[in-house]
Amino acid sequence: MITKRIIPCLDVKDGRVVKGINFKALNDVASPVRLAEYYSDCGADELVFYDITASAEGRALFTEILRETAENVFIPLTVGGGIGSLEDFDRVLKCGADKVSVNSGAIRDPSLVGEAAKRYGDQCVVLSVDIKRVDGEFRVFAKGGREDTGMEAITWIRRCVDDGAGEVVVNSIDTDGVRTGFDLEMLAAVCQAVQVPVIASGGAGREEDFITLFKTLPKVDAGLAASVFHFAEIRIEELKKKMAANGIPARL
Amino acid sequence: MVAIVDYGVGNLFSLRSSFGKIGEEVTVTSDETVLRSAEKIVLPGVGAFGDAADKLEKSGLGRVIAEEAEAGKPLLGICLGMQLLFEKSYEYGEYKGLGLIPGEVCAISEIIPAELKIPHMGWNALNLRKPSLLFKRCREGEFVYFVHSYHAVTEDKYISATTEYGADLTAAVESGNVYGCQFHPEKSGEVGLKILKAFCGEVGT
Repeated sequence: MITKRIIPCLDVKDGRVVKGINFKALNDVASPVRLAEYYSDCGADELVFYDITASAEGRALFTEILRETAENVFIPLTVGGGIGSLEDFDRVLKCGADKVSVNSGAIRDPSLVGEAAKRYGDQCVVLSVDIKRVDGEFRVFAKGGREDTGMEAITWIRRCVDDGAGEVVVNSIDTDGVRTGFDLEMLAAVCQAVQVPVIASGGAGREEDFITLFKTLPKVDAGLAASVFHFAEIRIEELKKKMAANGIPARL
Repeated sequence: MVAIVDYGVGNLFSLRSSFGKIGEEVTVTSDETVLRSAEKIVLPGVGAFGDAADKLEKSGLGRVIAEEAEAGKPLLGICLGMQLLFEKSYEYGEYKGLGLIPGEVCAISEIIPAELKIPHMGWNALNLRKPSLLFKRCREGEFVYFVHSYHAVTEDKYISATTEYGADLTAAVESGNVYGCQFHPEKSGEVGLKILKAFCGEVGT
């Protein structure tokens, strides 16, 4: 049976990994290439590199780091951050990315998901959505969670999946950095709406949070987290052993 | 030297890097002379079957690969490259493949339960079906990375490994010197590297 994936996310700025707590207060942690190798050795099923650099120099540096990582790490690699055009897709795919994650770029240009899926295949296009509850509905936020777009999240996700997004990362702003568990209510709503793989993000604090996630929502395919892995509060080998012991299919 | 066929389908960065990682000399080429002189050939591929088969035919590379394989040169097809080894595919129509292994490429939706997601994407276990040089360094049940919606339907004698996703899907095939894997060894961590190492080492020796 196919296994549930555990995905560490590396936010990269100026060539270094930083972590995010509610998307603010960033802290430098380690070298992206070394950290990626470490995670691959620990049994991470996939890696996400998120480029949070704004400058052109930072972007060039990121591409270099991506290439060096893909030369040394042989598990699927998803790249996101600042993806706004097909040229951006091209740039990171040529450097070894397997999938490309779009967020604000898809909101700015709603044709991007469809065009990218047509050119690179659905499996290559990951829709990443930052969602927060506003006035009793799930609202899509842009620009790293700073800007309310006014769009209802489930409608937006359905539309992008119809256009060809092959996977959806649901990042709950409400639970991000709080470490009290994933946003099960929000995830259940997304799982019910789409048939493509759903990746849960935001809120993991303990191993049990992943167990609860996969036990409660069997349709969730993967769990993503950053700082709990970077600071070794959760060790991936231990987490996956615990998943297996709880009857959750895991790659050991 | 191992030659990776570059026929304008997909991204070969990781595949090339993975051979570099295991210390094998590899060249990415669309040059007939290089393919003819290579010791082994790897046929990669992602995307749609029809488009890839068309590119192989129009470039003349399909004929070169088939002739070299028929002359006994070890050939490894990966993902869509594996599907192209077969006679035909029913992906978005009906298209002819290289015909190096008898069989057809069919949608997995025909055999898996409707509630399972398509594509079959992620890490799944290899069930080894017969002794194979390609899996000489692997153990039963090791995990590899898949992304596909179609798989090869062929006689059992050509199937060297399957994987379970609501049904047994064809994970690897072989016929003489022609090998294929549906999964991506270049994305399957240490297990994938062992498989590529076996192709470079044990296969054809």
